[in-house]
Amino acid sequence: MPEPLLQTVALHGGYGGKPVLQGVDIAVNEGEIVAIIGRNGVGKSTLMKTLIGLLPSQSGSVRVRGQPVDGLSAHRRARLGIGYVPQGRDVFPRMTVLENLLVGQSISGRTLEGKLAEVHHHFPILRERAGQRAGTLSGGQQQQLAIGRVLMGGPSLVLLDEPSEGIQPNIVQSIARIMVDLNAKSGLGVVFVEQNIDMIRAMAQRCYVMDKGRITAALTRADLDDQDRIRSYLSV
Amino acid sequence: MDYAIVVALEMVRAVAWLVLLAAGLAIIFGMMRVINFAHGEFLMLGGYTVVVSTGAGVNEWVAILLLAPLVVGLFGVVVERLVIRQLYGRMLDSLLATWGLSMLMIGGVTLIFGNTVQGVATPFGGVRIGTYQMPIYNFVLIFFAAAILLAVWAVLKFTRAGLIARATMQNPNMAETLGIRTTLVYMATFGIGSAVTGLAGGLLAPVTGVVPAMGASLVGQSFITVITGGAAVITGTLSSATILGTISQGTTFWAGPVYGDAALLVVALILLRILPQGITGRIFKRAL
Ligand SMILES: Nc1ncnc2c1ncn2[C@@H]1O[C@H](COP(=O)(O)OP(=O)(O)OP(=O)(O)O)[C@@H](O)[C@H]1O
Ligand SMILES: [Mg+2]
Repeated sequence: MPEPLLQTVALHGGYGGKPVLQGVDIAVNEGEIVAIIGRNGVGKSTLMKTLIGLLPSQSGSVRVRGQPVDGLSAHRRARLGIGYVPQGRDVFPRMTVLENLLVGQSISGRTLEGKLAEVHHHFPILRERAGQRAGTLSGGQQQQLAIGRVLMGGPSLVLLDEPSEGIQPNIVQSIARIMVDLNAKSGLGVVFVEQNIDMIRAMAQRCYVMDKGRITAALTRADLDDQDRIRSYLSV
Repeated sequence: MDYAIVVALEMVRAVAWLVLLAAGLAIIFGMMRVINFAHGEFLMLGGYTVVVSTGAGVNEWVAILLLAPLVVGLFGVVVERLVIRQLYGRMLDSLLATWGLSMLMIGGVTLIFGNTVQGVATPFGGVRIGTYQMPIYNFVLIFFAAAILLAVWAVLKFTRAGLIARATMQNPNMAETLGIRTTLVYMATFGIGSAVTGLAGGLLAPVTGVVPAMGASLVGQSFITVITGGAAVITGTLSSATILGTISQGTTFWAGPVYGDAALLVVALILLRILPQGITGRIFKRAL
């Protein structure tokens, strides 16, 4: 049994004096697509930030391929092959679309042959708008840019925080399709936070339910077909 | 006619002067939102580097163009590691710390070199424009002011390092999660800003002379130029230096240098009243 690609063990974390994560245990294997769902404010984004290293682990640990990474700053975790797409996208607004993509190369620390063409192939809009300032793109375009940006670094795992938020349904569909496609073709692992049932069902192979800083349920693919059950986890 | 040319050249020189005084400070403020209160003493350190090394027989140009930026740049890297790094995001604390540093530097330099003005020979002589005489060195100052802005622009715009620096400036957390070692970017930025300040200090030394307290008389103009320009390093510095330099120099010709200095202050106050974020806070927002 190989080590999980990404794992947390009794992970606690939060903001300064305010604890949010109260002992989170998840494990994601190489080449899996796993959703993390839960209501507003239960700590999903906090978990993502603690995974990538923008927030420190207060206790417990985050492990990548079995190695604890709690002592590593975010850029060193990224260099282990983890791409992070935050809630709200955070494209560099005053840089062009192409420049945003080129920054993403820093994940691998070098120029990966053919990556730009590959990203343009998945997201043609990023080629059309190459010279446009990223801050002037629509929400959906910015989301595609933020995903394209991490793909430029050829990560083995991508963390997506609410990729569907504020985006037209057809773009949500196409993003889901592309992620599934990348997963099938190149074994890209994906951990995504989501509240949109369509996107959860379109992408996830399995799912963790989060509440009050803890994982309260683990759902299989079959469980995801029970829409009412999913809805009950998401609504107040 | 000759007079008009002299006035125009003096105005350009005044602009170049402000650009030299402000560029290094603008790089550090624009990229890192750190206000280096010891900026005047960094200029002074550049000046002393020239005095000491030419005194030891080093060629004056080597001293100005190579040693001054090198010494002050390295000094900046050390300051960043020991002081600034501890205080990121705490603007007031870093302000106080660099203020303390400026005291320390003035004291240290006075202790070593004494409190006397040290002259540096002004290279080249003068050039005649009709009945007027103008130092050729003015053109050197103008040339290097332009060269510094052009170089910073080219690095930011066309190099991988510039791309990474801009990303870090716009969103350090995001840059960090994309694999960028932002602490290194900050150290390099502070070092480069300091080196530019050192170069400026070296270039200005032949004009101002060098004395431990010289920073105090220069730092005001540096700060006014940077604050008036706003956060965009190049457009900000260039636009505010142009406005402030031409108006203050014009007033100097018209009414005398005291009024020129006053005009600079008044114009800056008016501009900041209208544009509290500086010129590039409202206009040229998207520029570098
Ligand atoms: N920067 C911050 N400082 C302090 N507390 C924060 C901060 N960001 C979020 N919180 C708090 O931490 C808790 C968890 O927030 P988090 O953003 O992780 O929730 P979430 O599950 O991602 O919610 P949403 O679905 O709305 O994005 C909330 O109570 C929130 O108010
Ligand atoms: Mg969230």
